[in-house]
Amino acid sequence: MGKNKKITIALLIAAALIIVVPLFALKGADFGGSDDAGSVMVEEVAGKYEPWFTPVLEQALGGELPGEIESLLFCVQTGIGVGIIAFCMGRFVERKHQESLRNKE
Amino acid sequence: MVKSEKRIIFVAILFAAVFGTGTTASAMHIMEGYLPLGYCIAWGVLSVPFLVAGFIRIKKCLESNRRNITLLAMTGAFIFVISSLKIPSLTGSCSHMTGTGLGAILFGPAPVSLLGIIVLIFQAILLAHGGITTLGANTFSMAIAGPLMSYGIYKLCQKLKVNKLVSVFLAASAGDLFTYCVTSIQLALAHNSSDGVAAAAVKFLGVFAPTQLPLAVLEGILTVLIIMALETYGTQELMEIGFIKKEVNG
Repeated sequence: MGKNKKITIALLIAAALIIVVPLFALKGADFGGSDDAGSVMVEEVAGKYEPWFTPVLEQALGGELPGEIESLLFCVQTGIGVGIIAFCMGRFVERKHQESLRNKE
Repeated sequence: MVKSEKRIIFVAILFAAVFGTGTTASAMHIMEGYLPLGYCIAWGVLSVPFLVAGFIRIKKCLESNRRNITLLAMTGAFIFVISSLKIPSLTGSCSHMTGTGLGAILFGPAPVSLLGIIVLIFQAILLAHGGITTLGANTFSMAIAGPLMSYGIYKLCQKLKVNKLVSVFLAASAGDLFTYCVTSIQLALAHNSSDGVAAAAVKFLGVFAPTQLPLAVLEGILTVLIIMALETYGTQELMEIGFIKKEVNG
């Protein structure tokens, strides 16, 4: 079990570093999406390209989704996911706890 | 150990969520309207058999035991979380992971295609991220090709008797990277003007791959962490789907 704990901590540190290092290593970078880089590349490779379809929500709104609302929706997505995982993990953990209590009796 | 590990993992997820949502930009997936109609349809048609197979597999999996739904929901949720996190990369742009490796390792590639398309539809409609017209192509790269790669790598590692956590890491990272390779090829097939498909694919890959490489490693790490958590607390469920052999642990 001690080994598992060590692996967990090491992996968490590694994960955090992967995320944080670019922020500090590349000060001033705008960290735009690689999607945008992709569409720039499309024009570079194949000449001017007009997307022939606009996203449904942008059409309904008659413009781009405001940045704050976009991050809200991304948070909703994350929240749904984390909620389900946390709920199930919570049940698993409590179940194991109860089992070990029962085994002690 | 019991409590602390659980806490560490949740703190990590929250931590990742805070960092990931701090930067807003669209990343990965082929954008709405960027594939000609013919390609949209072709990729869509190509995806259908996998989706049908996935549906059948999921139905069978749930019929054999209703309780499998817990793990299935968790793998779906994992894709939700992971693909909503936009992570800064060493190239100075942002991208996100796919999260499909976990499902491919636990359930095989077909069921993941169905879980993946749910996320893609969510993002295409609500977030203008990816798109309805490019849904077929994006499904193929993220929810079919990537998981197939993960599954293949995982099975290969098992044959070669590689350590389980190492196999999980390799499978998840490879699946993530492969998704972007397929995206590059898809873009190159549609947009290649003078210099041919191969040259165009290399160019697109040059945009995606360096950004994605650190994120593939990160995806590998996160997948290993969740597998470790499941192996500690969800042993029964993992046995149920055959991920852990019954006679060894039970």
